[in-house]
Amino acid sequence: MNSADYFQLFSALGPEVIVVLTALLVLAADLLGLQDTPRAYRMSIAAGLTTVGCAGAVAWMFMNRTTGNWHGGMFVIDPLNETVKAVILLLTVFTAMLSTEAKFTRHCGEYFALLLLATVGMMFLASTEDLLMIFASLELVSLSLYILVAFDKSSRESAEAALKYFLFGGMSAAFLLFGFSLLYGLSGTTHLPLMAQKLFTVGADPLLTVALVMVVIGFGFKVAAAPFHLWAPDAYQGAPLPSAAFIASGSKVASFYVFAKVLLLGFSQLGWGNEETATGGWIPLLSIVAALSMVLGNLAAIQQTSVRRLLAYSAIAHAGYMLIGFLALGDEAFASLLFYVTTYALTTIGAFGVLGVVEAQVGGDKLADFAGLARRAPVLAGCLMVFLLSLAGIPPLAGFFGKFYLFAAALTNDGHNLPFLWLIILGVAMSCVSLYYYLQVLKQVFVVEADENARPLAVPFLSHAVVVLLAAVTVLLGCMPGWLLDTIHTAIGELGW
Amino acid sequence: MLAWTIYLSFAGALACLLTPRANPRATRAVAFGTALAGLVCGLMGAVQFKPVNGLEVITHVRWIPALGIDFSLAADGISVTLVLLTGIAAVAGVLFSWNVERRTNEFFAFFFALIGGVYGVFLSLDLFLLFVFYEIAIVPKYFLIAIWGSTRRDYAAMKLALYSFIGSGMVLIGMLAAYVVAGQVADMHGFDLVSLAQVPFPPDFQRWVFPLVFVGFAILAGIWPFHTWAPTGHSAAPTAASMLLAGVVMKLGAYGCLRVAMTLFPEGLKMWQHELAALAVTGIVYGALVALVQKDFKFVIGYSSVSHMGFVLLGLATLNLVGLSGAVLQMFSHGIIAGLLFAVVGRMVYDRAHTRELDALEGMGLARAMPFAAVTFVIAGFASMGMPGFSGFIAELQVLIGAWQAFPKLAILAGVGIVIGVVYTLKTTAQVFFSDKPAPAEAHDHEHPLEPISVPERLGAALLIFCTVLIGLQPRLLLDLIVPSFQSPLFDGLRKVAGL
Repeated sequence: MNSADYFQLFSALGPEVIVVLTALLVLAADLLGLQDTPRAYRMSIAAGLTTVGCAGAVAWMFMNRTTGNWHGGMFVIDPLNETVKAVILLLTVFTAMLSTEAKFTRHCGEYFALLLLATVGMMFLASTEDLLMIFASLELVSLSLYILVAFDKSSRESAEAALKYFLFGGMSAAFLLFGFSLLYGLSGTTHLPLMAQKLFTVGADPLLTVALVMVVIGFGFKVAAAPFHLWAPDAYQGAPLPSAAFIASGSKVASFYVFAKVLLLGFSQLGWGNEETATGGWIPLLSIVAALSMVLGNLAAIQQTSVRRLLAYSAIAHAGYMLIGFLALGDEAFASLLFYVTTYALTTIGAFGVLGVVEAQVGGDKLADFAGLARRAPVLAGCLMVFLLSLAGIPPLAGFFGKFYLFAAALTNDGHNLPFLWLIILGVAMSCVSLYYYLQVLKQVFVVEADENARPLAVPFLSHAVVVLLAAVTVLLGCMPGWLLDTIHTAIGELGW
Repeated sequence: MLAWTIYLSFAGALACLLTPRANPRATRAVAFGTALAGLVCGLMGAVQFKPVNGLEVITHVRWIPALGIDFSLAADGISVTLVLLTGIAAVAGVLFSWNVERRTNEFFAFFFALIGGVYGVFLSLDLFLLFVFYEIAIVPKYFLIAIWGSTRRDYAAMKLALYSFIGSGMVLIGMLAAYVVAGQVADMHGFDLVSLAQVPFPPDFQRWVFPLVFVGFAILAGIWPFHTWAPTGHSAAPTAASMLLAGVVMKLGAYGCLRVAMTLFPEGLKMWQHELAALAVTGIVYGALVALVQKDFKFVIGYSSVSHMGFVLLGLATLNLVGLSGAVLQMFSHGIIAGLLFAVVGRMVYDRAHTRELDALEGMGLARAMPFAAVTFVIAGFASMGMPGFSGFIAELQVLIGAWQAFPKLAILAGVGIVIGVVYTLKTTAQVFFSDKPAPAEAHDHEHPLEPISVPERLGAALLIFCTVLIGLQPRLLLDLIVPSFQSPLFDGLRKVAGL
């Protein structure tokens, strides 16, 4: 390994370097220069720096379009990874903008620095094909997120949520590491594509099934799929709002992408298992997890009176839908999954944006706090309608096309005659259930009248702008899904998997 | 020209939303203009309608090439008929909503979002696009009922929304399965209805997918036993919304059955023909019998809608030209008549008397207080019973003739349904308007007389009566549009199966 290689690697790592430097800069600027200025000012400066840094990273990626593979898959740059990284950076920017109004902390610099460090972790997660790197970056993401959840030091719920998130996360990391170590033992490599070949030649081995189950459990925790979802409702409810939004959006995108990579690349030959030797594949396993998540998430969401918990359970349900995307196998699985998770993340962060305004101005996230929002903040109410209906899968919004494409891709899985029809039927039936609870929220917003003395909400400009922008994106991606879809398809096409 | 109905309605919805909340007159003006423009576009489209092979392609643009989805609009005579119906119902709906004072701008915004979706369904030639418009129509219905509705509106609105959504979920599954199977058996990747209609779907597949899609759509058409959303929804809805629900939205379901389920899976229809006809006739008789014993005026009309929509489904199941064209004609006819009935019940009577209990209305001497309402209801009642000279007669007659050829026993039962229809219509008319029973004591307490029938109401009623009489006397106007439609390539499979 000569020095030229390191220089190349450094330039390939440009976006990550930029984000890390931004994190340090935010920290330094806040600690050294701004301690005496008002909090709103410090927050704005930090959010501004974050935005500039993320934009710089995206610009770097688009200006130096390279592809490459360093150290046997440790660090991989390809068009698909870059797309995912761009999406993650975008979500970070939105989170940062929603954070500016937050009043839960005096430690502005640390907060944004941690946000950026989590982002770096996600970016590494997106651009590696190596088990060790996956684990290391997953830990970077998780540790940053644990602290972000605990950031509201004056709130007991925040601490409780962080502790739960931490304990469950730690356990899932253990499962994952155990699974990875078994995989390494069986195949002798940590590089995913190489591992897939080795595992295929290893043949039937009960240890392989154990490893597979461990990996699914580990990632199941990360993406909050049932029955590994228990941390999610508490974390969503207790965490400071921007942190919850980031867990629901950025972390979802990165975790699902890497989960798909591990299963679809690393276990590419073992989908259906091997009937002769009675080794289980991951497809039956995953269909069960998907079905459980859809049923449990949707049914539990009906009961909720807190909108944050409702969104948490709906996130579990959506994790179930996304797992169906895996079953499409190959290119279509990646394309449908990425489209879905991207639109889902944008929609969710928008919903959290509205939620943030309501919490700040009305004082809670109960369903009743949304009463008469249509009168008190008409634009926000309209946007919330767009977000929730998109989550429910009503056309012409992005969520509908996402679901449609996901289901179509899973059904098209060739070689079998409509293999996952039962799962699709379950998914559609559960969407009907989900419409019920989304309409419960919208009923409060549009049908129920506010109190006599309820005033119009004073919506901060930035929140307004972000929410409206996201609603517009949700509508546009629903009407013109081709924009995002073609980008993803082209990127996958260039990979030639 | 026809496509403008869609764009204008959505633009009108936006325009209504943007009018100031404090100025309902401005909103009404915009709404009336939009509805009228839609009707005029529909009429001009009908006049200029020049089908090639029974079908006139309006727009065809690639939309989502990755999945073979196009933005393609086209019309055949059936679509034109139903577009005209929608236009008329929209104008009448606005006229009968003239007294909506609360959140007027939002009311008309939801109203036109619904209308736009309906126009879109009738004009789509791409299955995906059709489905998109079909679902766009669901959400406004919920809000129209939940915000401006009356009795048990929460329950009714949610029930309606969930029934519709479950129905469309069934359609979605069938549609995805059809897309995948078409790719496997014919290497056809797309949602173009004409191409899909040419795909020879395997009989085993049609056996389960046809009932799925047909019933999915038919839920919205009020097929028995999935009709229960209809009476509750109709009675809870504000007048204009019940007019649209019964007049147009139920037709969406029937149109979907005809345009999607029957053209794509004709062999499936053949397999399930008798079961469907039985369900349809059950709906006719059951709806009529239940209407007979209702205590709420609006529920009488609600169940009569279920009964009359049974004729549409029966006509579709006959698989012969008389029955099929009768079914389409009945869609138009019932749309007009149900609109008129709901206008009298909801706007003229309920908004003034503030009760819909038949017993309470009996003592009010409404024929003397509101002669216009009484006359309108008598005319609408006659049309609904199937008196010659009104559109209902010719439509139901055609369906019965078609049914007689296909399944004579069921046709007789359906005839019984008509007789019961006469009974409940006459009974209700007599009880509400022409009763001699003296008013109960407390009714004398309210001194102020009933507010007179307003000009918009008279105009709306006149428009609807004109249409039903016109089609009753000159059914050719529509039949000449409808009958040639069955020659289009969309119906190739159906013609082959039915031996037309």
